[in-house]
Amino acid sequence: MSLRERLASGAFAVTAEISPPRGADTGPITQTAALLRDWVDAVNVTDNQGSNVRLASWAGSLAAMAAGLEPVMQMTCRDRNRIALQSDLLGASALGIRTILVMTGDHPKFGDHPGAKPVFDLDSVQLLWTLRHMRDQGALLSGRRLDPPPDCFLGAVENPVAPPAAFRAERLGKKVDAGAQFVQTQYVFDPSAFGRWMALVRDLGLHERCSILAGVGAVRSRRALDFLRDKVPGVQVPDEVYRRLRGVPADQTAAEGARLAAETVRQLSEIDGVAGVHLLVAGHEQAVPGILDEAGVRVSRESEGHDGR
Amino acid sequence: MHPRLGPRLAYRVQQVLRPRPGLRWLSARIEASGLARPLFTGAERQAKQALFGCRMCGQCALPVTGYVCPMGCPKELRNGPCGGVGPDGGCEVYPEMRCVWVEAYERAASQGRAADLRLLHRPADHRRWGESSWLNYWQGRDEGLWGS
Repeated sequence: MSLRERLASGAFAVTAEISPPRGADTGPITQTAALLRDWVDAVNVTDNQGSNVRLASWAGSLAAMAAGLEPVMQMTCRDRNRIALQSDLLGASALGIRTILVMTGDHPKFGDHPGAKPVFDLDSVQLLWTLRHMRDQGALLSGRRLDPPPDCFLGAVENPVAPPAAFRAERLGKKVDAGAQFVQTQYVFDPSAFGRWMALVRDLGLHERCSILAGVGAVRSRRALDFLRDKVPGVQVPDEVYRRLRGVPADQTAAEGARLAAETVRQLSEIDGVAGVHLLVAGHEQAVPGILDEAGVRVSRESEGHDGR
Repeated sequence: MHPRLGPRLAYRVQQVLRPRPGLRWLSARIEASGLARPLFTGAERQAKQALFGCRMCGQCALPVTGYVCPMGCPKELRNGPCGGVGPDGGCEVYPEMRCVWVEAYERAASQGRAADLRLLHRPADHRRWGESSWLNYWQGRDEGLWGS
């Protein structure tokens, strides 16, 4: 069952994330995909995450697909202009990559090539609109016809807690109007703040037009905790979460982080309008089964045949 | 950059500058003149640079962004803020600078114009850099720039 079908069925969906390797080998993606295959509906393949050069998102997506896991190909606006982005969608669709996640992308300043020229020819809303137009109107931004047009299931991202808070639900509304069919959010460490955003989302009726997947991270070390809090733009780690993860011995941080993630998954799954969770665990994928087990969320394919999902 | 013109005054000026037959006629004359056109464009550049940190993209979005220039965003985002805005409203790229969209939202909302930020901005035409956006605006060339 594809992610699109899972979300359409109304069943709780789970996605995770794979960060492609820095090297010319898809082996690590194949291994991670095999580990996650029975636990998640689809896996994001990041597009030079954090502005660091990695194996291309389309290539990683093909590797995940070959390993039996549906890829969500991430596309950022940072490195490619409207010509390259439209061309990439055609290539992806032709090769069977049908689930696309559109985001603005981090600024090059944060990555391993800080002197690179930032492109940002389109923004994420314009890119969503462009891709939807290609699919539904069968035409490029220029108006030239596509034969045949691409098929795609379009996703967006949103940060529910970043300022201006009053505008964040409306910004998702712009993305939904532009073409977003699902959204994955930035890390949620504060379910009540997320709940306030969801109330605004429900007021606008967006959860009925777009499936909302809440982002949940599993902190695996004190270093990762500090990095998340201080270095990742847009992530807010509340003091009580920080104290809780700092309060256990260093060798227990990963276990406590997984426990917190499982609790968060459970809390978020109870919020009206939440269609699933997106596990932000790149590099720490082995934690996924434990988190989902403890949260009582099982998307296993083995169970699919038995319960008729 | 932080605009030097307050939002209330900016929206008043907008009323004066909005397209109308007289301005359309005048702008066509200016555009046709080899002397008046660069002078006018230079004056617009000076005024808008001083007031809004204008980059002369030639397709001004200020009327629907609370008169905060979105091209001042390091990612030149024309449809709202990215997800990296700090808890204090700081830009993710230059934390000492306030996010242009945080400021745009505050200024637009203070004048009852928050709904402007819902408009969908079409991709910018990069051939227009350096042109006078006022001449383009009065000539009606900006009409497809944003919509609902």
